[in-house]
Amino acid sequence: MTRIGVVVFPGSNCEYDAASGVTQLGAQAEFVWHSSTDLSGFDGIILPGGFAHGDYLRPGALARFSPVMEAVARFAADGGPVLGICNGFQVLTEAGLLPGALQKNRGLTFLCQPTTLIVESTHSVLTSSATLGQELVIPINHFSGAYTCDDATLHEIEGNGQVVLRYQDNPNGSRDDIAGVANVAGNVVGLMPHPERAMSTLLGSADGRVLLEGFVGAHVAVR
Amino acid sequence: MNYHVIVDVTLREGIADPEGATIERALPALGFTGVTNVHAGKSFRLDVEAPDESAALEKAAALAERLLSNPVIENATARLGQVRE
Repeated sequence: MTRIGVVVFPGSNCEYDAASGVTQLGAQAEFVWHSSTDLSGFDGIILPGGFAHGDYLRPGALARFSPVMEAVARFAADGGPVLGICNGFQVLTEAGLLPGALQKNRGLTFLCQPTTLIVESTHSVLTSSATLGQELVIPINHFSGAYTCDDATLHEIEGNGQVVLRYQDNPNGSRDDIAGVANVAGNVVGLMPHPERAMSTLLGSADGRVLLEGFVGAHVAVR
Repeated sequence: MNYHVIVDVTLREGIADPEGATIERALPALGFTGVTNVHAGKSFRLDVEAPDESAALEKAAALAERLLSNPVIENATARLGQVRE
């Protein structure tokens, strides 16, 4: 059975949603405390949403120095699938595992609403089961979610096809409407929207399933 | 020797500054006209133990680069405050 490790930092608050999401898709989820340095035996790692280390200084700034992050970096370097959702995305950018940074939203407004995303690339562990151009309704819930980077980086990630998801109606001022990015290899992905909160039409949308399905199945393709 | 060091963290040129923009828009309503180019940033105050001033600044600049700022979007500069025994 596919084993997904869900990293728990002090201040994480979406770890149960993430674990529930992958469990619904047939995977086994295990929580990994942030002081752990051993990720052996996992087929994928999720950094969930929340406020790791209180988001003090900057979101993700302190979390990147948690002991588990060196293990996450090694896991990623070995080609292991790594997914950062919301705060987890912020942690991955601070750790340098993904390009760019997340800034305060345009208008300095906390946003909690459904958004429509467009799949821009299927060459990533998150979007491999989706189709190019597919529209997905997935909620956002953040204050610092405006994706930003310098012009050279933007040019590079657009050229490499590392932009995997874009907002249809940019809610937060992200550059180029970017909602999610991958590393060059496609095995590390971060996004601000919460696919684990879009698992059931009864609760608003089931569009997150196709993303997490791709992630849960990714180790087969990647490794 | 303990040196008092002030680290200023500001957004890099070309990076959107929603806080600065919001402050700038609020000023005319308060009667402050003719104020432009408002930028928001952070200031950190540290006491740094080091053999001399330049070593203290170097240490502060290093920790500012590694932790206090995100070099992807921010610049950090360290300057000397008053010397403490």
